[in-house]
Amino acid sequence: MTEVKTKKISAKDYASDQDVKWCPGCGDYSILKQVQGVCAELELNKDNTVFVSGIGCSSRFPYYMDTYGMHSIHGRGPAFVSGLKVARPDLNVWMITGDGDALSIGGNHFIHLLRRNVDVNVLLFNNQIYGLTKGQYSPTSEKGKVTKSTPFGSIDHPFNPASLALGADGTFVARTMDRDPKSMRAILHEAHGHKGTSFVEIYQNCNIFNDGAFFPLTERSTKPDNTLFVQHGQPLLFGENNQKAIVLKDFTPTVVNVDEVDESEIWIHDVHDRVKASILTRFFDDPREDGGLPRPFGVFYQEERHVYENGVKSQIEKHIDVKGSPDLDDLLEGPNTWSIK
Amino acid sequence: MTNEIKDEVTILFAGDSGDGIQLTGGQFTDTAALVGNDISTFPNFPAEIRAPQGTVAGVSGFQLHFGSIQLYTPGDRADVLVVMNAAALKSNLESLKKGGIVIVNIAGFDKKNLRLAKYEDGTSPLTDGTLDGYKIHEVDVTKITRETLKNSGLGNKIVDRSKNMFVLGFLYWMYNRKLDNTIRFIETKFANKPELIESNIAVLKAGYHYGDTAEAIASRFEVKPANIKPGTYRNIMGNQATAIGLIAASQKTGLELFCGTYPITPASDILHFLSKYKNFGVKTFQAEDEIAGICSTIGASFGGALGVTTSSGPGIALKGEAIGLAGVFELPLVIINVQRGGPSTGLPTKTEQADLFQAMYGRNGESPVPVIAAQSPKDCFNLAFEACRIAIEHMTPVFLLTDGYIANGSEPWEVQKSENLPNIDVKFAKPRQDDDPEFLPYKRNEKLVRPWAIPGTEGLAHRIGGLEKDFETGNVSYDPENHEKMVKIRQEKVDRIADFIPDQEIETGKESGDLLLYSWGSTYGAVKTATRQLIKEGYNVSHAHVRYLNPLPKNTKEILSKFKHVVIPEMNNGQFIKIVRDKFLVDAKGLNKIKGLPFATEEIVQKAKEVLG
Repeated sequence: MTEVKTKKISAKDYASDQDVKWCPGCGDYSILKQVQGVCAELELNKDNTVFVSGIGCSSRFPYYMDTYGMHSIHGRGPAFVSGLKVARPDLNVWMITGDGDALSIGGNHFIHLLRRNVDVNVLLFNNQIYGLTKGQYSPTSEKGKVTKSTPFGSIDHPFNPASLALGADGTFVARTMDRDPKSMRAILHEAHGHKGTSFVEIYQNCNIFNDGAFFPLTERSTKPDNTLFVQHGQPLLFGENNQKAIVLKDFTPTVVNVDEVDESEIWIHDVHDRVKASILTRFFDDPREDGGLPRPFGVFYQEERHVYENGVKSQIEKHIDVKGSPDLDDLLEGPNTWSIK
Repeated sequence: MTNEIKDEVTILFAGDSGDGIQLTGGQFTDTAALVGNDISTFPNFPAEIRAPQGTVAGVSGFQLHFGSIQLYTPGDRADVLVVMNAAALKSNLESLKKGGIVIVNIAGFDKKNLRLAKYEDGTSPLTDGTLDGYKIHEVDVTKITRETLKNSGLGNKIVDRSKNMFVLGFLYWMYNRKLDNTIRFIETKFANKPELIESNIAVLKAGYHYGDTAEAIASRFEVKPANIKPGTYRNIMGNQATAIGLIAASQKTGLELFCGTYPITPASDILHFLSKYKNFGVKTFQAEDEIAGICSTIGASFGGALGVTTSSGPGIALKGEAIGLAGVFELPLVIINVQRGGPSTGLPTKTEQADLFQAMYGRNGESPVPVIAAQSPKDCFNLAFEACRIAIEHMTPVFLLTDGYIANGSEPWEVQKSENLPNIDVKFAKPRQDDDPEFLPYKRNEKLVRPWAIPGTEGLAHRIGGLEKDFETGNVSYDPENHEKMVKIRQEKVDRIADFIPDQEIETGKESGDLLLYSWGSTYGAVKTATRQLIKEGYNVSHAHVRYLNPLPKNTKEILSKFKHVVIPEMNNGQFIKIVRDKFLVDAKGLNKIKGLPFATEEIVQKAKEVLG
């Protein structure tokens, strides 16, 4: 008889013995906690799980996980995980990145990872600032942002990461925030279940260099009117009492009061509708200004598409079928030989 | 008609990219090999893909050296130059020996072709004295080819494509060769187009018979079989040999081969070869850029694959940070640099050895990497295999340097048997048992090598990263003492590889003497040939050739100390010489050529004589 393991797996089992060194109050702590919690809920095999990161505050993440891990090079996480998954499709691979890491120095690798649809979970901690280099604007900082490197305000137009991921043909695009553990966990579960590159943007507060960047979206008083939580098959409703809705007319989304429209006119979220997902991710108005569209959260888009490493594998299998098992001596000999006697 | 016996002959075929020059040269090569000649070849492609027809930029060349003696280079200068048009003559006449034979397709010297080759209006090199002192055979290849196939029913465009067969047939006649091998080739190549089999064979024979009947030709030549070690041989190109060496290492170790790379001249052929051999389980990953090429490979190595990345100088520059990371990770990784002319984009289709410093020192921080360099096309096989061995057995990134000259060049290679290939020792760390001590990912063995613990192994979960690591746990460490210790250990680990490589040998000549020609990389053939010539002339000269550049073989100092003079020929501005002077305080002299071209034997002979006074 084999011994049955009865010990309940807990989030702590996924914490490494290293001290966590993020600044006290950093949003990263919440994300670490939720990820460890989700690992426990999924009962992930630690020995089969790899966390890979680039460089930046968020990228210290793998050191804090008691799984296999790799803290790699700034922006290159997607390349490392691609090679790892192609070599080892059996592994469960997560990639941790930030707005500078994924969208600035690693922008190229990021879009190609999504296009290839390698089966990894990408968590992008977006704090709209460079933290580890002490406070320069990032590719997601809003225009006009005053930082150490932009004393007169940034003149860069910011990226909208979810739109970018969708534009790069990502097969799973979602957004959540550090201050909403429940929704984050739900999304992490879905991301893990998706076969292909699961992209999750996580709004994360940097309390040192960009404190409050997302407060209009995360704080009790402003959150209901500024945010929209989408669920497949459910109408797009928001507001304190879900009294507001989105209707889509002639490809233009508009905010209406629920009681002013017929229920059938309200946009029903379809996670498989790419065109509508594109419109949804373009809800990107500044929440500090009145009259804009709410910022959406949840899984925006999901599709089943062939997974890159499976393609690599099946091509090899097919080739073995056609050409037969490898014969090194045949290869060494080549097609044309001659003999010297 | 006379029949002259020759020890060695160099033929240079040159024409438009579309003239089938590479095929013609390749066929003559195969036939020479079958006859038992020693051979060495070098193709010369234009940098542009389809440069305008008839222009100098569009000239493609193929140099073939064959002989009844042992050959180590594709030949300094050609005995015979075959030119299909005016541009081909213009760009290659310099490569012909004084008094050599020029075979001219006069159809390629009409007004239009002369103008495209930028000859002055109204002048032609065929009549203005340019070719004085050479033996010229003018043939209207185009006309005779069309005449031969006038009843074939084929259009002129298709007919003209077989012009190269006429030239080949004519040269077969000149060198007393049989047509069988090429006829067989034509039959296979056009198996689905019988009309082309017939037409190409007809033109090949027409070329052969032209030799018989044309009265202008005074003599035929014969090159007897060379005294080559009995065995089975094949012709092999450098890049092909590299690819096969990598697959052989993968098969011998049982590790899956992963090649993450990005296309770049002249390295892309390695990717092309590897991507064909999927039934060997080879995984090729054409990444989005050079950086992703190496980073994906490191990811694969972490997962337990045999990771290889291929590139040339500019690509290697982009890979620098990742090479440093692989050094800190202490994971096996093979980095192949098929060197080309630099700096920057430089001379993509020309050869150079100017990336040695880049391989040795081209990274931030203290980042030692073993470096080995192949000496000839066939040696690319040995050293690709060897690079894998060192990477795996010493858990380190390894540089393999080749260059455009040997990557595209070819020579006969005695076919190896897989059972005779050396073993490579692969040890993955074993799953942790309950009573095992704590797993220490950076704990080293006597070679200073850490364990290769791949994800999926029970109980060995650990984290690696680019931040300085604690010397045993591998955890992040900012401790000053630890950093110095780690820098020294990583250096010592690479240095200790010297215990696991062969001693430096004298390639040719005595163990001591007046002059040591001390070479590395693709200069091997020219230096060896030069040394043999110098010894024949009575000079006290020896040749030592280095394949292991970092670390150098342990007996290097001893070898160098036994010669009055040391000359280091390099296709760069003096790189290996600086390393040798630095390590051994030897007053070595440099012989440097930076023209994108390999050394001619004569250049080395001259320098040796100059040093010896």
